[in-house]
Amino acid sequence: MTVMDPTLEEVKRKAEEREVLLDLENVSLSFGGVKAITNISFNIKKGEIRAIIGPNGAGKTSMLNVINGFYQPQEGVITFNGEKRKSMKPHLAVSQGIARTFQNVALFKGMSTLDNIMAGRATRMKQNMFWQMLYWGPAQREEIEHRKKVEEIIDFLEIQHIRRTPVGTLPYGLQKRVELARALAMEPELLLLDEPMAGMNLEEKEDMSRFILDVNDQLGTTIALIEHDMGVVMDLSDRVVVLDYGRKIADGVPDEVQSNQEVIDAYLGVSH
Amino acid sequence: MEDLRGGAISLSYFLRVNRQTKGTSVWPLARGDSKMQVPPSAGMDTFPQLLIRNARDWGDRPAYREKDLGIWQSWTWLEVLEEVRKLSLGLKSLGCKEGDKVAVIGANRPHLYWVFAAVQALGGIPIPVYADSVAEEIAYVLGHAEVRFAVAEDQEQVDKLIDMSEKLPLLEHIIYEDPKGLRDYDHTRLHRYKTVQDAGQALLDNDEKLADEWFEAVKGGKREDVAVILYTSGTTGRPKGVMLTFNNLMVSVQNANKFDNLDENADTVAYLPMAWVGDHVFSYAQCITAGYCVNCPEGPETVSIDRKEIAPTYMFAPPRVFEGMLTHIMVRMEDAGTMKKKLFDYFLDYANKVGERILNGESVSLFERMKYAVGEFCVYGPLKNEMGFSRVRVAYTAGEAIGPEIFKFYRSIGLNLKQLYGQTESSVFITSQPDGQIYADTVGVPMQDVEVRIADSGEVMYRSPGAFLGYYKNDDATKDTKTEDGWVHTGDAGMFLENGHLKIIDRAKDVGKLNDGSMFAPKYIENKLKFFPNIKEAVTFGNERDYVCAFVNIDLVAVGNWAERNNIAYASYQELAAHPEVYKTIQSHVDQVNKDLAEEPMMAGAQIKRFLVLHKELDPDDGELTRTQKVRRNFVADRYAPLIEAFYAGETSKHVVTEVTFEDGRQGTIEATVEIRDMETYNSKAMSAIGEAAE
Repeated sequence: MTVMDPTLEEVKRKAEEREVLLDLENVSLSFGGVKAITNISFNIKKGEIRAIIGPNGAGKTSMLNVINGFYQPQEGVITFNGEKRKSMKPHLAVSQGIARTFQNVALFKGMSTLDNIMAGRATRMKQNMFWQMLYWGPAQREEIEHRKKVEEIIDFLEIQHIRRTPVGTLPYGLQKRVELARALAMEPELLLLDEPMAGMNLEEKEDMSRFILDVNDQLGTTIALIEHDMGVVMDLSDRVVVLDYGRKIADGVPDEVQSNQEVIDAYLGVSH
Repeated sequence: MEDLRGGAISLSYFLRVNRQTKGTSVWPLARGDSKMQVPPSAGMDTFPQLLIRNARDWGDRPAYREKDLGIWQSWTWLEVLEEVRKLSLGLKSLGCKEGDKVAVIGANRPHLYWVFAAVQALGGIPIPVYADSVAEEIAYVLGHAEVRFAVAEDQEQVDKLIDMSEKLPLLEHIIYEDPKGLRDYDHTRLHRYKTVQDAGQALLDNDEKLADEWFEAVKGGKREDVAVILYTSGTTGRPKGVMLTFNNLMVSVQNANKFDNLDENADTVAYLPMAWVGDHVFSYAQCITAGYCVNCPEGPETVSIDRKEIAPTYMFAPPRVFEGMLTHIMVRMEDAGTMKKKLFDYFLDYANKVGERILNGESVSLFERMKYAVGEFCVYGPLKNEMGFSRVRVAYTAGEAIGPEIFKFYRSIGLNLKQLYGQTESSVFITSQPDGQIYADTVGVPMQDVEVRIADSGEVMYRSPGAFLGYYKNDDATKDTKTEDGWVHTGDAGMFLENGHLKIIDRAKDVGKLNDGSMFAPKYIENKLKFFPNIKEAVTFGNERDYVCAFVNIDLVAVGNWAERNNIAYASYQELAAHPEVYKTIQSHVDQVNKDLAEEPMMAGAQIKRFLVLHKELDPDDGELTRTQKVRRNFVADRYAPLIEAFYAGETSKHVVTEVTFEDGRQGTIEATVEIRDMETYNSKAMSAIGEAAE
């Protein structure tokens, strides 16, 4: 009944076998003269947890914003689910199955946890405004169906006790969890997490790690995450891509990345 | 009607929920078409037998409810019997047989309560284990009880069992209820609850005779059989397994049902640890015997919300729960508007004068009743609704002394709160307060069939049909506790008052003497301290010492709120505890306790000379409290020995380093410089009278 740690070769082989979900090829993004991302290529495979790390200003959040269509890269090709992307907008990304959370929590503070998560279902509601205003009938039935899904997520993330609490009054760690819940409500294929552990205490971090693994394992959601806590990154992720000054300096399984001299120099720090 | 605020979605969802819970006449019909044939009679000696009676007599009445995915799901007695039978046969196919011990680890879930009946039906013995115990504690109990099967609630509990599997060679199968996170585990010895039930159902489908055989086996159960082994958390040493027979529980529980007229119409909420005798009796034994419905909340954090939705008619809570609720309400009232606050204060003041007399059935004038009714409408009703007490007919508190103020508060707003006295060894009920005879400082009169006497040493002893069979595999302890002729030592020092009510003073072994010979009853003093909302826990020392000293734990909710309102910033418990203003407040409380003690001739000598506010909260994970939140006095004394030395060496502050266990089991240390304060003591009333006369 014991769980053995897999060897490096096994980890690599497992990563090889997976299908590519998102592929970025020679992507560059600049704001005027500032080059945020320079000629980066990497891919995210189905079912993996992919970490994007790098020092401050390395271009991690810009990378996420490119992935979910908030920024349009000047150069490069992005392929999602085998389809080449032309122009992209965040709402289109959602309908394609990409959901995200934000570095600074971006919830509706005055609304309850339940309503916030229901908001995540908005793009999936099909009834028109007429029926929704009438309240009875198809819109109500549809809402009950969506509420069921939301309740499953509430159960999954263990936030039953705050179902009716206005989100603004919750501690930070729980707000992060509600945000994750809202992203999950979209039933995404690819989930982008921008620093899910930032500002959390140890216990909250452990809970969040557990939930990220559970989401990946049980819902089969592919996850791309940006995180500064190296312990978390190395434990959670299947593969890591390291950025520095908008360039990719390393890409591989955690053990490889950790022993890469360039990464150690640039990011993990060397004694001067 | 909080749900209505959530808008359209919530309303429809809410209506659905309500259809299932509110009102007593419309119950959901049994799921599926039950083809189960319930035999006309199966005896009344064991709980599985009574379960058959319930399925026959109250087949479509709710037996267990659980809030799942936001909706209350119910199971009727007939459905429960079906579920239990499937599980029972499934367990049998795994090899569970007569005499086998089956551990049950988890929070209050209907599925886990059914394990009790399923195992008892096979002649096995269920052993509920505290779910928040660390792995080693669980391993000790399971090892000592020679458990072959364990039913765990979820991954957390399964992980603990797997971690300890080397120490538990006898443990063969683990069954889990919630599959979340367990999919990739090795399933050779691990089974899903539903899979086991399905296996049982498949056997039933294949063999028609099997159903009858199962009923016959249940019929064969005898009153003298051991029904359950409950491990007491024990304030000292290793836990001991208390063996209770069906007869013990049955007699005790039937008398209790009669005492409070409990029948199948009652509703209760199960939220206290399943391994605790109280929960076993209230949510299993009493529920099956009386046929009432047990409601399981979604999780430990949602209890207050769920209790409000269910509005139980019968409830039990240790004093800390009532204290917690009152503190919570008072804290919220501090933030309320002026009008509301005035109304609240006025009517609570009025309830204080009249409420208890009305509840006790004393003569109260019509005007007073009418005014109380206005108060009920404006304040007491909404207040009780907020706490989930709207329908409560009987509420009990036990386990610890309750603060007289708190006790009076609840009674004055019309909650029939009573006290009882009991322990694991007595199947709970020893004494209880009859309606109309309620006193804050007593625990009532002996229950039917229970004899109580005070030994020469001052210890309370009892003899009753509910008295336990013995400690499992521990004859020495049994002999020490239970005499040849059936009298059981409670370990509590107490006395009978003139009105025939029993009053408990302290644990008999804790009662000691100061060096000057005055009596020192630590818990008596600690309780007086704990009655202040700002003080969560207190530990006093003084046996064979010159004077009494006290450790105090502040209540983070109450003091934290006070700090917030007074703009006092703090980052941790430790920082708040050391704040000078907090010290000042606690000092005034200690001073009040000394004044109170001076009033009582027996206790006046044991006033508190020195105290400190402890730099960390006492915690069961560090072994300082038992799993039922009782202080382990000797352990605390050893652990904080440097602080106690500092007390008696006269130091005014002391630097200490304390090891702590974090929630994930890792070890760490915290250090602090703790301030020690001296207190003024007062002359006893009686003493000063003599002094004056001499002058």
